Amino acid sequence: MFSDPTVLSISQLAESLKKRQISSEDLVNSFLERIERINPEVNAYITIDRAGAIKAAQDADNRLDAKQGGPLTGVPIGVKDLFCTKEVRTTCGSRMLHNFIPPYESTVTSRLKAAGAVMLGKTNMDEFAMGSSNETSFFGVVKNPWDLTRIPGGSSGGSAAAVSAGLGVAAIGTDTGGSIRQPAALTGITGIKPTYGRVSRFGMVAFASSLDQAGPMTKTAEDAALLLQAMAGHDPKDATSIDSPVPDYMASLNDGLKGRKIGVPEEYFATGLSTDVASVIEEAKKQFQDLGAELVPVSLPTTKQAIPTYYVLAPAEASSNLARYDGIRFGYRCENPQDIKDLFTRSRAEGFGSEVKRRIMLGTYVLSSGYYDAYYLKAQKVRRMIADDFKAAFTKVDLLLTPTTPDTAFKLGAKTDDPVQMYLSDIFTINVNLAGLPAISIPCGFSRDNLPIGLQLIGRPLDESGILSAAHAYQQATEWHTRKPVL
Amino acid sequence: MPIDPHYETVIGLEVHSQLRTKSKIFCGCPNIFGAEANTQICPVCAGFPGVLPVMNREMVNMAIKTGLAINGTINNFSVFSRKNYFYPDSPTGYQISQYDLPIVEHGELFINPEGQSKKRVGVTRIHMEVDAGKSLHEGIVGASWVDLNRVGTPLLEIVSEPDMRSSEEAGAYLKKLRAILRFLEVCDGNMEEGSFRCDANVSVRHYGAEEFGTRTELKNLNSIRNVMRAIDYEVERQIDIIENGDTVVQETRLWDANNNSSRSMRSKEDAHDYRYFPEPDLPPLTIEQSHIDDIRARLPELPDDMAKRFQDEMGLSEYDAGVLTASKEMASYFEIANQVVTVAGKKNAKATANWVTVELLGRLNKNGLEIEESPVSATNMGKLVALIQSGDISGKIAKQVFGFMFDDGGDPEQIVKEKGLKQVTDSSAINSEVDQVLAAHPEQVEQYRGGKTQILGFLVGKVMQATRGKANPAMVNSLLKDKLG
Ligand SMILES: [Zn+2]
Repeated sequence: MFSDPTVLSISQLAESLKKRQISSEDLVNSFLERIERINPEVNAYITIDRAGAIKAAQDADNRLDAKQGGPLTGVPIGVKDLFCTKEVRTTCGSRMLHNFIPPYESTVTSRLKAAGAVMLGKTNMDEFAMGSSNETSFFGVVKNPWDLTRIPGGSSGGSAAAVSAGLGVAAIGTDTGGSIRQPAALTGITGIKPTYGRVSRFGMVAFASSLDQAGPMTKTAEDAALLLQAMAGHDPKDATSIDSPVPDYMASLNDGLKGRKIGVPEEYFATGLSTDVASVIEEAKKQFQDLGAELVPVSLPTTKQAIPTYYVLAPAEASSNLARYDGIRFGYRCENPQDIKDLFTRSRAEGFGSEVKRRIMLGTYVLSSGYYDAYYLKAQKVRRMIADDFKAAFTKVDLLLTPTTPDTAFKLGAKTDDPVQMYLSDIFTINVNLAGLPAISIPCGFSRDNLPIGLQLIGRPLDESGILSAAHAYQQATEWHTRKPVL
Repeated sequence: MPIDPHYETVIGLEVHSQLRTKSKIFCGCPNIFGAEANTQICPVCAGFPGVLPVMNREMVNMAIKTGLAINGTINNFSVFSRKNYFYPDSPTGYQISQYDLPIVEHGELFINPEGQSKKRVGVTRIHMEVDAGKSLHEGIVGASWVDLNRVGTPLLEIVSEPDMRSSEEAGAYLKKLRAILRFLEVCDGNMEEGSFRCDANVSVRHYGAEEFGTRTELKNLNSIRNVMRAIDYEVERQIDIIENGDTVVQETRLWDANNNSSRSMRSKEDAHDYRYFPEPDLPPLTIEQSHIDDIRARLPELPDDMAKRFQDEMGLSEYDAGVLTASKEMASYFEIANQVVTVAGKKNAKATANWVTVELLGRLNKNGLEIEESPVSATNMGKLVALIQSGDISGKIAKQVFGFMFDDGGDPEQIVKEKGLKQVTDSSAINSEVDQVLAAHPEQVEQYRGGKTQILGFLVGKVMQATRGKANPAMVNSLLKDKLG
């Protein structure tokens, strides 16, 4: 029927699955074969759950045969390795959890599984989601399918590379400071970070609790809508999840761009933007205008404060969230500890990588007595100012349009010795997390050396529908999102 | 204990009370004591990756109740914070607590230390927090074990102002606070099992000094008696230091009840930097005023209100009312006994109070028993008082009956019947005893008639002796007077 089903989107596959033109089991086998062939090069997956995937596919086929399937039934996806999956190893990209097999399932994966999605395996990531290049993983770097000498972005680099390389119809990622959108942009796929609280964090290994949010990474905005529909919604197990009904994202997907006001924040086009990205985004802006949107210049004066604010707050929370890894109840434990202090310190010294340690130290420092007011408290105040900036902008416009990243994917190892340069690659995504807003990155062109470039649309709180329909309208008119790397 | 009169003692107490919620504070595990180690836990208790705390509303309601009971301000907006520290029995590496915005502030309670008048003690704050697990060292060589059953038990930390001036006041404060928590049915107040724990901050200063002296914090105080002993010891220790020209060091000291002494646990320099910050997994707690009002309307009667009712409606003394409301069990014992007396148509709260506070408590104290362990039930106590009131037995016989009840239990009506102790009120029966006594003592009869009327007491005694105390003394008196007259 299909020469290669691994290139199709969810909506395309769902149709064939529903009509029983293809079985989920065959589909899963095609992906498993492809993963076997390509993953050793790309390193997108840490764990392949072959048996679990085939079993789930067979269940899906039974449901589809009985005409009980939904749009996700039988669809094979990758899951970032920080979602706890019952009886399937969950490493968080760390030696600390290299042997951790959770006795419970995250809300996100259990909802996706209930909707019939089939988990192929757990995707690679920066250790504890700390990184922008997927080079901090204990399980090795992930390579960009568009150029194997380059980074795929991070921290959801494995999920991005898996979707880009056709190692899953879609994947699930998490985004604390851009970890879905930045790798989506650098690998030429679509990725949405929902409003903070829209998707439950239960069962997601925490990095920075007030910023972490899960979202789909897909080939199209339509696929993102389908997955988000299944993931979103209130969860009594997460006190920070929002208790408000989830709209029908598919119903509004074709709302179009006519008459919508799209703000273009000047600060995102100031110095630091590469010429390739600048010119591609210029083209995209014209496209949005052609589709009927009105572009409005706006200002977000606190944009520059986002990185320093984030690198106080996120490490502060992380330093506390990661205290539980002590070698006692689960995870890595050092050999022959002399006493309890030795057990704590050596298990942590050996179990965590250097970026994680850097952030634990940073976070511990900013919370220490005598420094708390100058760092943590001040950062909290700036965070509120950043949110207020967005609020003010959204009184004038419906959406904001920005580049997702200042540049295309850089070479492996190019920034590993310079953490500040590394941190700056998230400059356009981080403030969205600080403000808790929804945002999507979609492919909008390529650089002269054929590397993907992403465009970010930011919405009002809980307006996932608005950014999805805008992205969909753009994708209906362009073909950037359909391009695939040659592997 | 006599304390150097030149010094004034200043005491503030921090109490941790475990709340009797059905489930733990942040997960669905049962909140019970004494189960086999690590059987009452889940991934939340064990601090596994990715799991999240969910607030137990029952705990919040208990905190509000307690705050209202001590006249505190209930904050409509309060915040949970993380207190970070590494310890094997703290699985997450932090304790969820409340820091700068606790649920209750500005409370007070009134204490009645023995032999002193009522005194107000301020309660600075009450905040909610979670208990840690327990490290087990006993009987294990080369390792420690950790029992996480207690992780997640809800705690209220109740912090007093430094308003107490003696160990007696500290004891009275703890007794009053414990009584309130028990009246509210939020905490069982068991210090030995650790459901009601106390740390004491103690300092001394010269009388008249404005500044507080350097304080030390005393820990490991597992009974009210130990709190008082540890404070007395500490006051003496600090005065000795000052008298020797040295200065008191701010530190935490561990009380050793066996050796009646304390030792330094850690100095101020070693104190943890807890790196408090707002708990990002729990939104701030907002409480509607209507919810607070609702809880206020359903508060049970509290010790102070009850004591006031005992005085106003029953005419009890302030002292008796205080004793009878010292605990929920005591108050309920008295109220049941008094009810039995009243139903018997012989209402006399004062007599009932007297029997409970003097006879019963005296015997209980002597035997080291608590009111809830009393061999004499409240109903039987009431029946006994009713028997006295109705004139069925004299007070003297009643003490005898009470003795039987205390030793062997039983219904006083039954005992009086079986042992034939019922007071003789039949005038013809007493008449013959009187005649016999008069006949047997002609000399005394002569003396009485000759004007020495005080001899009557001797004759009454003789009649009572002859009836083995059962004759109604008033009747004996009037019959004798008639016949001698
Ligand atoms: Zn539990």
